[in-house]
Amino acid sequence: MSIGLVTAGYIAASVLFILALGGLSDQESAKRAVWYGIVGMAIAVIVTVFGPGVHSIWLLSIMIAIGAVIGTYVAQRVEMVGMPELVAALHSFVGLAAVFIGINSVLHSPEGLTHAEEIIHEVEVFLGVFIGAITFTGSIIAYGKLSGKIDGKALILPGRHLMNIAGLVLSTLLLVMFLNGAGIWTLLLMMLIAFAIGAHLVMAIGGADMPVVVSMLNSYSGWAAAATGFMLGNDLLIVVGALVGSSGAILSYIMCVAMNRKFLAVILGGFGGPSGPAMEIDGEQIAIDAEGVAAALEEADSVIIVPGYGMAVAQAQHPISELVKRLRAKGKNVRFGIHPVAGRLPGHMNVLLAEAKVPYDIVMEMDEINDDFPETDVVIVVGSNDIVNPAAQEDPNSPIAGMPVLEVWKAKHVFVSKRGQGTGYSGIENPLFFKENTRMFYGDAKTSVDNLLKLID
Amino acid sequence: MKIGAPKEIFEGENRVALTPQSALQLQKLGYECVIETGAGAASRFSDQDYKDAGVEVVKTGAALWKACDFIIKVRAPEEVEVKRFREGQTLISFIWPAQSEELLEKLRAKGVSAIAMDMVPRISRAQKMDALSSMANIGGYRAVIEASNNFGRFFTGQITAAGKVPPATVLVIGAGVAGLAAIGAAQSMGAIVRAFDVRPEVAEQIESMGGEFLFLDFDDNQDGAATGGYAAVSSPEFREKQLELFRQQASEVDIVITTALIPGRDAPKLWLEDMVDSMKAGSVIVDLAAEKGGNCDLTVPNEKIETKNGVTIIGYTDLPSRMATQSSTLYATNIRHMMDDLTPENDGVPVHNMEDDVIRGATVTHDGEITFPPPPPKVQAIAAAKPKEPEKTPEEIKAEEVAATKAAGRKQTGMLVIGGLLMLLIGQYAPASFMQHFIVFVLSVFIGFQVIWNVSHALHTPLMAITNAISSVVILGALLQISVGGGFLVTLLAAISVLIASINIVGGFVVTRRMLAMFQKS
Repeated sequence: MSIGLVTAGYIAASVLFILALGGLSDQESAKRAVWYGIVGMAIAVIVTVFGPGVHSIWLLSIMIAIGAVIGTYVAQRVEMVGMPELVAALHSFVGLAAVFIGINSVLHSPEGLTHAEEIIHEVEVFLGVFIGAITFTGSIIAYGKLSGKIDGKALILPGRHLMNIAGLVLSTLLLVMFLNGAGIWTLLLMMLIAFAIGAHLVMAIGGADMPVVVSMLNSYSGWAAAATGFMLGNDLLIVVGALVGSSGAILSYIMCVAMNRKFLAVILGGFGGPSGPAMEIDGEQIAIDAEGVAAALEEADSVIIVPGYGMAVAQAQHPISELVKRLRAKGKNVRFGIHPVAGRLPGHMNVLLAEAKVPYDIVMEMDEINDDFPETDVVIVVGSNDIVNPAAQEDPNSPIAGMPVLEVWKAKHVFVSKRGQGTGYSGIENPLFFKENTRMFYGDAKTSVDNLLKLID
Repeated sequence: MKIGAPKEIFEGENRVALTPQSALQLQKLGYECVIETGAGAASRFSDQDYKDAGVEVVKTGAALWKACDFIIKVRAPEEVEVKRFREGQTLISFIWPAQSEELLEKLRAKGVSAIAMDMVPRISRAQKMDALSSMANIGGYRAVIEASNNFGRFFTGQITAAGKVPPATVLVIGAGVAGLAAIGAAQSMGAIVRAFDVRPEVAEQIESMGGEFLFLDFDDNQDGAATGGYAAVSSPEFREKQLELFRQQASEVDIVITTALIPGRDAPKLWLEDMVDSMKAGSVIVDLAAEKGGNCDLTVPNEKIETKNGVTIIGYTDLPSRMATQSSTLYATNIRHMMDDLTPENDGVPVHNMEDDVIRGATVTHDGEITFPPPPPKVQAIAAAKPKEPEKTPEEIKAEEVAATKAAGRKQTGMLVIGGLLMLLIGQYAPASFMQHFIVFVLSVFIGFQVIWNVSHALHTPLMAITNAISSVVILGALLQISVGGGFLVTLLAAISVLIASINIVGGFVVTRRMLAMFQKS
């Protein structure tokens, strides 16, 4: 295949990738959009393999075949609850591949470059390896935290900002030495430093900030691909890298806005302490049993369910879906209210509910549903805490003050399904639990909803 | 520990402080329950019902006093009952300590701890034991029933084959618990309900029950809500305005239910004789404040009278007792909650914790001392109203919008200028081949931003999975490197890269498809 044909293939692939991302604007066109992505990738790989300069077709085919089998196996097996871990793990692969390609590019550098071009090439290699390495270890740590293999709490080392800055300075020094022909060891040393920075960055970030971290790593994996594209002078890689990089950046931004936190504050880790004494909470948490909740549901006309990470942990989405089905069969208006940062991954709750066959047109975003709470009879909060905390609006001293929250307390009755009396991830007391119209429905979310199902038919 | 409920000896009192239901709950707290024979009969609870619930039935009041550590009652104890107390016993009942100093003194002398259900502070935590509210609720409901019983017409308006029936108009004065219950009951029977209260903030509650709030246009709007969520005395000017409003209503309404009470005082006279005179024949007035002298001039406590112009005035003071089954159930539950708070460990061992706001507030004698009146509770009954921010005029809002647009425009221009300068700087030094790639890069970032903003929130997880799959396009680099023959190491690293990138590509796409297939429309 000639270079012209290869380029034509790359153009087609770029267009298809853009269509694939654009198609995700709604659920129906999204199903088609995936095919654009698959076809685009197939075209890109095929024209490269059959293009000029590629000979080891057998080796390639074997490697791709093995990869495809493993990829399919893992993707078929993964539980929807385990999606955050999978996405994090997959990010690490992109990072590692970028690191290897960068090193290769030095081991076997292209010929016939002018001096300026060579310098630029070397900077590109350096950047590609740096970003790739951070993505790699960062994703591995994120995977460990999400799957519970590493403690989810933020690890705050003394002088952590200094350590990061020192790492950066050292890497810059190594870059200068590398440009002046100090040899490949500078690149490898820098890679090790970047590994450390990546791991340290993510270690310092706590569980509930994971949506931001995962989307940030998503962004990094894109920038790593773009850097690789510059290094190889390949426009397709640059296009895709830029698309993915900006996509991840936007997701991180959306998550940060939803938590009312500064991006830098999340990335550098640690949760802001309270700026004054927290408001005193008056009242007590009143418990209720399944009979009470069932009776209220029988009487209600409109119901909103607000799920959180606790629902994912308890795997309660299936009984909830069944409950919703039965309530809807009785002519009640049942909907879901989803906060942007509910769960551990952007859109996590939507995927879990979809898995449980909850129709997506009753799953609403926070902005769509927040005005409807005053006219709602019953709200059931399942395993979420901070995203329904009225302190965000009422208490200026609260660490989450100003964060947009679902205003569930405006409904007539609120039932909170919760394991015990503890506080949420952020350790903040939730005044919602003490409100007069709130009843606590203690117990494991799945068992609680199962008990409800026995009473509602 | 034993808890005993004697038969009420006050004439006409049908209620009882222990029901079979509440006895079961008290036993769960670790107490044994005792009842005097026949105590529940007037509330339709037979001795057998109690026995079935595991309650011991004793023959006489005296025996009950002897057997029990806790005496729970409805009415304050009478002379003969007080004599039966012994030191160390605890009494829980209505006591009205402000009006019965003599009784307090006697209880103190006997060494009795007395908890007055009418002194439970009005804070949210104590609502479950607020017996005044539960009795007022019943009183309000019953007042409407009594009124309709004595009213010769329907409450609801109807158009029938036999002609049109206009709906009755009900005026409720005082929108406390009783007033609100009356509004709700009258409303659900189909009447048109108007309500008045000196506390303007209850307007919302009145409307939530389906009543119409009569707004009093009074400039110097004094806040009628004093401490503790009760009404306070109003100024003479205000009172004048108020009576004027009532006078105007008198000729229009069919039923008047008055519930106005001020703590520790006689009921204010709000429905004067001339108003009664101007009412239509057949109208009914129910005065829930009759026990405190009545809101209406002509009320005779405990009696139903008819005036010369045919207006019935009901002054019953025993409305809750007239619905004894219901009021006993609620009262017994209030008492049960009180015992719950007195028994923190649920082990049948009461702890009389005088540090607790609720228990301290309700206790009137303890350890041989009179502990009434209690210190003010630490928690406010109703949160102080927050100062409202002044509303912005449309002009101000518009001006703000314009300023915001301008600021955004300046910001964008600034960013573009900085970006442009940066480009110039790079273009100055970088070779042409790099700049070509750079154009592609910058444009792609822009396309990415435009496209991704439109992605629906619900699809963010599939978005991450698919971007992950396509970012593995780095496989192309490895594909190219694997054949360049740069030695074993290069080939090995390239081969590994191809392997892991293809895991990623296939895995990413498969998982995206799986997720998207799950999204289904109803």
